[in-house]
Amino acid sequence: MIHAQGLTKDYGDKRAVDGLDFTVRPGLVTGFLGPNGSGKSTTMRLVLGLDAPTAGDVTVNGKHYRDHRSPMREVGALLEARSVHTGRSAYNHLLALAQTHGIGKRRVDELIDLVGLHEVARKRAGKFSLGMGQRLGIATALLGDPATLLLDEPANGLDPEGIHWMRNLLKTLAGEGRTVFVSSHLMSEMALTADHLIVIGRGRLIADTSVEDFVLRASSKQVRVRSPAAARLRDAVAGEGVSVTSPEPGLLEISGLGAEEIGEVAAAHGIVLHELTPVQATLEEAFMTLTNEEVEFRAAEHQGEPPKEAAAA
Amino acid sequence: MTTAPAAVEVPRLDRVGRVTQARVALSEWTKLHSLRSTRWSLLIATVLAIGLPALFAAVTSSHWGSMSPGERADRHPLDIALAGVNVAQLAIAVLGVLVITGEYSTGMIRASFTAVPKRLPVLWAKIGVFGAVTFVLMLPAVIVAFFVSQSILSKHQLLQISFSHPGVMRSVVGGAGYLVLIGIFAMAIGAIVRNTAGGIAAFAALFFVIPPLMNILPSRWNNAISPFLPDAAGRRMFSLTTGAHDLHPWPGFLLFVGYTVLAVAVAAVLLVRRDT
Repeated sequence: MIHAQGLTKDYGDKRAVDGLDFTVRPGLVTGFLGPNGSGKSTTMRLVLGLDAPTAGDVTVNGKHYRDHRSPMREVGALLEARSVHTGRSAYNHLLALAQTHGIGKRRVDELIDLVGLHEVARKRAGKFSLGMGQRLGIATALLGDPATLLLDEPANGLDPEGIHWMRNLLKTLAGEGRTVFVSSHLMSEMALTADHLIVIGRGRLIADTSVEDFVLRASSKQVRVRSPAAARLRDAVAGEGVSVTSPEPGLLEISGLGAEEIGEVAAAHGIVLHELTPVQATLEEAFMTLTNEEVEFRAAEHQGEPPKEAAAA
Repeated sequence: MTTAPAAVEVPRLDRVGRVTQARVALSEWTKLHSLRSTRWSLLIATVLAIGLPALFAAVTSSHWGSMSPGERADRHPLDIALAGVNVAQLAIAVLGVLVITGEYSTGMIRASFTAVPKRLPVLWAKIGVFGAVTFVLMLPAVIVAFFVSQSILSKHQLLQISFSHPGVMRSVVGGAGYLVLIGIFAMAIGAIVRNTAGGIAAFAALFFVIPPLMNILPSRWNNAISPFLPDAAGRRMFSLTTGAHDLHPWPGFLLFVGYTVLAVAVAAVLLVRRDT
């Protein structure tokens, strides 16, 4: 359980996180969504006490993270930025962290096997690929068998097989009753993994809702209609609050009316329909709609790729 | 949510202990000895602490016959025995800075402070473990250096000094103690600066640049200020003779401990307050 209240963080005169209120509940995978630079990583650092909030408060399992006696039992964290000494082997990295909580070598070996790093466990972590680094990060997060998992962009750098594995892992962990809080800027990934969503943009809360509700809320309720008499239908449905576009001849995209209503109008006018399909927005589209005005680096949209995370040292 | 997850078995853990200072110390010991840079720095420091006095002694011994009385008077056997301390301190100081800044430059510090969010136990453990390791390696090294250089100089009656001679044991142990304090001081600078290059530069400025610069001051000022600089105060720990303007060994030692404690205190306050 993670509970944030009015959580705010300024870096200089830039506000990275702005009055966030949210609760992350156990037993669910909660997706933490937002464009790059929207404050996800900062929020996670605030949860862990790595950065101190400018205002507001955040607790984990009822306490400030730093006040827990066995912090790794409470929270396992994978931070987006690498948090591994490049000169140390994966095994020694895990061992050193385990030792702070009196956790033994057997646990370290178990987790190295779990994440599939057995072959390279004695190699220096600096030589690891991004994907191997992520696996080491997952092993680190799971060391203390934590009640809450805090994972910042865990799918980064994983191959498709790794992403599938990660998805199952997150669901298993939530299924065991743990709190799983996982950030991503990839909607498609969250659509497959998350049960609940917390969406932020420019450090502000945009939505705190189930995945279905999120899509529903943002979807424009379009209906795609194919008809040989498209022009007649267009006139027939015209009215207050209804907009019609025609991407190609014989095809209409109508919003503001439900499929049933359109069907009835068509029947009343004796218009033949070849297709009548309610179009639900994908999570991706819903996200774009809701965060559009919050996207900070709009210029990057024109290049068709997400901007780099703003460097918040 | 959509499909039943395929089994990824995460093994459970019966017991997880509390974070204690002793456990953090064990963790820091693992961190220290599992890095190649640590092993190399310590090896180099040890080799220098023993090798340099041996070399110095050998050169002195072979040139003794051709040396003027003035040159001979300049050679003190204890200075020869402890010549390595001056150079070993560089390796120890660089390692001291690196023990902290290496965590910042790689991001390891975030993992360390996530495991130990109260943070200070990490600093105490680093100081304790690094200080102990330095002492355990450097004390035998300077003792070996003393007897090795003495045996190389055994032909020269003037260059013989007994371990039981007043001040000799204090100086030899003081040499090792000085290296321990240097390492801790450098570590504190590293924690304050949080950057390897900056930390090493700050240390070098304080110990190698500022002291000689004092010579441009009028000599009365120089004599009044220089003995109280960290470098000069610390060196009293392993000096047998005391010059007119020098502090005595024990006050010098205490002043150097004071500087070190001050640096560590600043580091501790910043460590807790700053964002990581």
